[in-house]
Amino acid sequence: MQNLLVAKNVSKNYGDFKALNKLSIEIPKQSIFGILGPNGAGKTTFIRIVNQITMPDEGEIFLDGEPLKQEHIQYIGYLPEERGLYKSMKVGEQVLYLAQLKGLSKKEATKRLKYWFEKLEIGDWWDKKIQELSKGMAQKIQFIVTVLHEPKLLIFDEPFSGFDPVNANLIRDEILNLRDQGATILFSTHRMESVEELCDYMALIHKSNKLLDGKVSEIKKQFKSNTYQVGIEVAQEEVFLQLLKEKFEVEPTFFHSIHQDLQLNIKIEPHFSQNDLLSFLMSHGKINHFVEVIPSVNDIFIKTIQSHA
Amino acid sequence: MRNLKLIIVREYLARVRNKTFMIMTFVSPIIMVGMVVLIAYLSNLNSDDNKVVAVYDENSTFFEEFSSDENISYLDFSEMSKEAAMDTVEQRDYYGLLYFPRSNDYQYLAEHTEFFANKAPGISFISDIESKISSVLTVKELQKRGVDPNAISEAKKKVNLQIENFSGEETSKLSNYVKMFFGGAAGYLLMMFIIIYGNMVMRSVIEEKTNRIIEIIISSVKPLQLMIGKILGTSFAGITQFVIWIVFGGILLFVITSIFGIDVYQSSPVNAQLDAGSQDEIRKLLVDIVNLPLAKIICCFLIYFIGGYFLYSSVYAAIGAAVDNETDTQQFMFPIIIPLMLGIYVGFFSVIDNPHGLVSTIFSYIPLTSPVVMLMRIPFGVAWWEILISMLILIGTIFLLIWVAAKIYRVGILMYGKKPTYKELYRWLKY
Repeated sequence: MQNLLVAKNVSKNYGDFKALNKLSIEIPKQSIFGILGPNGAGKTTFIRIVNQITMPDEGEIFLDGEPLKQEHIQYIGYLPEERGLYKSMKVGEQVLYLAQLKGLSKKEATKRLKYWFEKLEIGDWWDKKIQELSKGMAQKIQFIVTVLHEPKLLIFDEPFSGFDPVNANLIRDEILNLRDQGATILFSTHRMESVEELCDYMALIHKSNKLLDGKVSEIKKQFKSNTYQVGIEVAQEEVFLQLLKEKFEVEPTFFHSIHQDLQLNIKIEPHFSQNDLLSFLMSHGKINHFVEVIPSVNDIFIKTIQSHA
Repeated sequence: MRNLKLIIVREYLARVRNKTFMIMTFVSPIIMVGMVVLIAYLSNLNSDDNKVVAVYDENSTFFEEFSSDENISYLDFSEMSKEAAMDTVEQRDYYGLLYFPRSNDYQYLAEHTEFFANKAPGISFISDIESKISSVLTVKELQKRGVDPNAISEAKKKVNLQIENFSGEETSKLSNYVKMFFGGAAGYLLMMFIIIYGNMVMRSVIEEKTNRIIEIIISSVKPLQLMIGKILGTSFAGITQFVIWIVFGGILLFVITSIFGIDVYQSSPVNAQLDAGSQDEIRKLLVDIVNLPLAKIICCFLIYFIGGYFLYSSVYAAIGAAVDNETDTQQFMFPIIIPLMLGIYVGFFSVIDNPHGLVSTIFSYIPLTSPVVMLMRIPFGVAWWEILISMLILIGTIFLLIWVAAKIYRVGILMYGKKPTYKELYRWLKY
């Protein structure tokens, strides 16, 4: 699959502080790519470099195969973490101005803006000033500004922070929608659930270094520990546990169940298969629940950072 | 270029549509004209005030020498006793009583003549009366010594030095006033323009920062482009405002003075001098104005005006970028206010005193003061090469300063929270 955005060994220093250290990332076309990392890891620095707000000290960035240049700004839509609009400017005028800065003609921008205003049912806002709008309303305008020029690459920096739940949902749906229409989405966040929910690919940055990246499903596979969550009803629990612990690593766990069963997390060694575990369990009791434990992004995040500490 | 135009238009409209800006544009001329009219009215009022002074002369020889004029009326109280005269003056609320003691020694009189008044009289009144008494006593003394006072006054020679340049054109002595006026007005105008519209640039940068829109904008345009667009857009708004002030103020002044019939020009010093001067002086003055290097003055005015404005407003933009709110700007204002003030003071004291002296010359080279000081010097005649050097230094500095300001601007607009120190600003240059 072809990549829309490729970063090769990108580094950035602020004085003595290393904000990014030889970051390499490949973002496939029409994917949703999540950059994860704690605050101060270097996510925003990277995003600003892609937006050509800051220049990297070393390394190269390619958009659609070409080295990044000034003209590319019209293919990029950016929703920064620190966001706002001119308070005393009228909504319509303001969006048109920002869209024209992105290279749209005034006529085309007006046409598209009318479409969006209809879609979001905010047609009567055109002549209102931003300061007359509520925060949630301003956020909608902000989103329109980001997507109006139909960019190939959409960059959202912490898109869900600061948005109210209704608008956050709207943005989530639009992100998926835009991806389906062909856009590639890069977003940075420190909220793991949103990556879980949305991302096809992810990269983990910590203290200006990339710790891991790849397809979310593959990373999960890589991080799974061959652990199974089991709910079983046995006659003599203590005897059973003793036998079980001779062969497998066992930890108590909890999940919601309608049965009075023994709830366990069982980890199997590589030389066993899950069928071995199953046949062992079957011979001792009635199995109500058997499921593989898949690590959450949050678990992966914490585990990776701890292993690098 | 397309983006630069968009930015300039937006900045211009944002300034011009601002309510405070509109109010300032139309209210300022009204206030200014109101002040002028008020001052003219008050000074008319003041001069109408007729002072009554009683003269009590024990020698009965001086009163005839005091002729009443439109400002002071003299009454002869010599017939009464001194006490009665003083009581009367106090009762009738006259301005005061001039008392000559009995003596025929004019030196004694010069030292012992007294003026009684309830309220301390004004300085100009005292000097008026003093010179009057002095001339009266001098004439009497001359007569006493058998000298004809007319002979003395005929023997006095009034000197009126004719000033000519080497190509033989006569110049009016008033021409220095004219040059001072031209230079001073230009320098002062530039300073006002810089302070008013430089501040506006700074506020608009701070506004973008506090609105948090800055990151969206600079993901579309280069920070330098944004900064220059801002400076240009604001300066066009400034020029619009200045033109409206001059046109509107001029019309207003004309209308009001013709309605109320107030002669505003009466009190200007040049005019007062003109009244004293002859037709010849007026002719020479006109020649002087025509002979002023007008093309040079206008040309240099434009260049120094634009240069000076760019120089300072880029610093203003950098300051705006470095801070989060207007209250934090104070510590960075010194680099702007000090050289501006210095320029104006050097201009008004040193240049007028000696336009080509060492101080004036040096300050007309230093780029931060040169726009103001050189503008003041030019009407007095400055060599082309001097102007050229000064301009080259100015233009070089503008590029350097815009580069520095753009660096600070680029980093500063994305920095929130803490107020930077000068040391940190220096570090930003290296990012």
